[in-house]
Amino acid sequence: MKCDFCDQKATVFLTQLVEGNMKKVCLCEACAKERGVTDPTGFSLADLVLGGAPAFPVPGGAEPFATPGGPAKACPSCGFGLDDLLRVRRFGCADCYGTFRDETLAMLRGMHRGLRHNGKTPKGLIAREAKQRRLSELREKLESAIASESYEEAAGLRDEIRNLESA
Amino acid sequence: MMRFSTLVKHPADWMTGGPGVADGEHAAVITSRVRLARNLRRHPFPGWANREQRVAAFEVLRPAVEALAPMKKAFSGELGGLSPVQKQVLVERHLISREHAARGEGSAAVIERRQRFSFMLNEEDHLRMQSIQAGMRLSACFEALSALDTELEESLEFAFDADLGYLTTCPTNLGTGMRASAMLHLPGLVLADQITQVLQAVHKIGLAVRGLYGEGTESLGNLYQISNQSTLGEPEEAVIRRLERVIGQVAGHERNAREKLLEDDPGMVADKIGRAYGVLRHAHLIDSKEALNHLSILRLGAGTGFFPAEAIVTCDTLLMDIQPAHLQLHAGRKLSPDERDAIRADILRERLESLDAPTHGRDDSDDDGEDSGES
Repeated sequence: MKCDFCDQKATVFLTQLVEGNMKKVCLCEACAKERGVTDPTGFSLADLVLGGAPAFPVPGGAEPFATPGGPAKACPSCGFGLDDLLRVRRFGCADCYGTFRDETLAMLRGMHRGLRHNGKTPKGLIAREAKQRRLSELREKLESAIASESYEEAAGLRDEIRNLESA
Repeated sequence: MMRFSTLVKHPADWMTGGPGVADGEHAAVITSRVRLARNLRRHPFPGWANREQRVAAFEVLRPAVEALAPMKKAFSGELGGLSPVQKQVLVERHLISREHAARGEGSAAVIERRQRFSFMLNEEDHLRMQSIQAGMRLSACFEALSALDTELEESLEFAFDADLGYLTTCPTNLGTGMRASAMLHLPGLVLADQITQVLQAVHKIGLAVRGLYGEGTESLGNLYQISNQSTLGEPEEAVIRRLERVIGQVAGHERNAREKLLEDDPGMVADKIGRAYGVLRHAHLIDSKEALNHLSILRLGAGTGFFPAEAIVTCDTLLMDIQPAHLQLHAGRKLSPDERDAIRADILRERLESLDAPTHGRDDSDDDGEDSGES
């Protein structure tokens, strides 16, 4: 197979799905190096090479998120912007999925067989989350028990919280 | 910890087949592979993290992976500490991805000594773990890998959402984070001109078909990978059952195609196998594409009674050993393409020296009025 940019033999092959369309790029070693493909630590290589979209964002870069009509949404945990997401179709951190929930759901339509996870769940995490939920419930009850001067109930709740915390 | 030279000195378990190598199914299904993508809950994903954040995630991941029971005496190396040839050897053995090989400091590979499990740290996701076995063993691969994943959950907090499942850098891996694939050898379907039809049918039911080295690679040596595309909405076991069913059907088509070819046009099959044998036994300069294609036909010969069934293992080991990085590792220095072609031919002649000429044609000519029954 020949390089897309010259007549040399292609040794680097990139394939990327963009909105359901397959983009394929074949490059020889020299053209790959020239276009920075030999160190693909970033996102969206095919776009980078084809020039279909700007290069992947620079982590922590000074790119403003401002768009006409106000600042674009960004993830409060990692600073990844909605414009980054729409451009590279990748996420910056776990919290991005919460920040960009609606955009994510739109993106997922047609991508998979379903829209809801139906597989393995991390048992430890589920148990930890259930424990945290139970603890905050108990703490709320404890506060209201103290506020209503139900000291006997409060003592029981306090013991339950202690037991759960040390479990 | 194991040294790189010790790791790659021996062929991987799956290269030497293991049990069942001579049965009909293994003739078509070379390997089964399952990978799971996982990320840490409180660290930015590797592609967006800055150097410091990547190193921080790396320092959490590495001890957890190295503490897994099967990984205790594993090879564990930062990619920055490996030479380009060493990294390429790992790519050729399917132990790391091509993308991972391009990374350096802050990314690592942890590989079990028999190369059944490998872990990529700070790939596109924080953790990409893989299980690979010879033959049709997707369920076994998944169960073994899932057990390690469960063990990791005790020390690592993975990014997980009750609705979306395991959270990944790319939404195409979201949910189970699982990609299950099989490497198939389908020379019968190619020779019978049925390959396009079969692969299109596979594609239609939502499975991906790729060449030898995954996305964007050409199909060489009649080798194809079939894998799932969807990772959200179904349990892992259901995805694997569907893949196993489809791959079983493709393997069945391959078997039928081989039988029919031998029945309808035995002369053509014998000629192809004889020529492949002749070239591989006598060439002094051979490039990897030509070698792969002839080895593929030799492997077909081993699966159809032209050679002893054990020759399949010889072919599978050679498929790996004649690739550019493996040759350079063998030679202990960088080789020019011309030098590689010469050394490749030397290795092929040497390893195939004890393989007798194909016998199928001769059995037919020993005509005593009875069918020899050989298949």
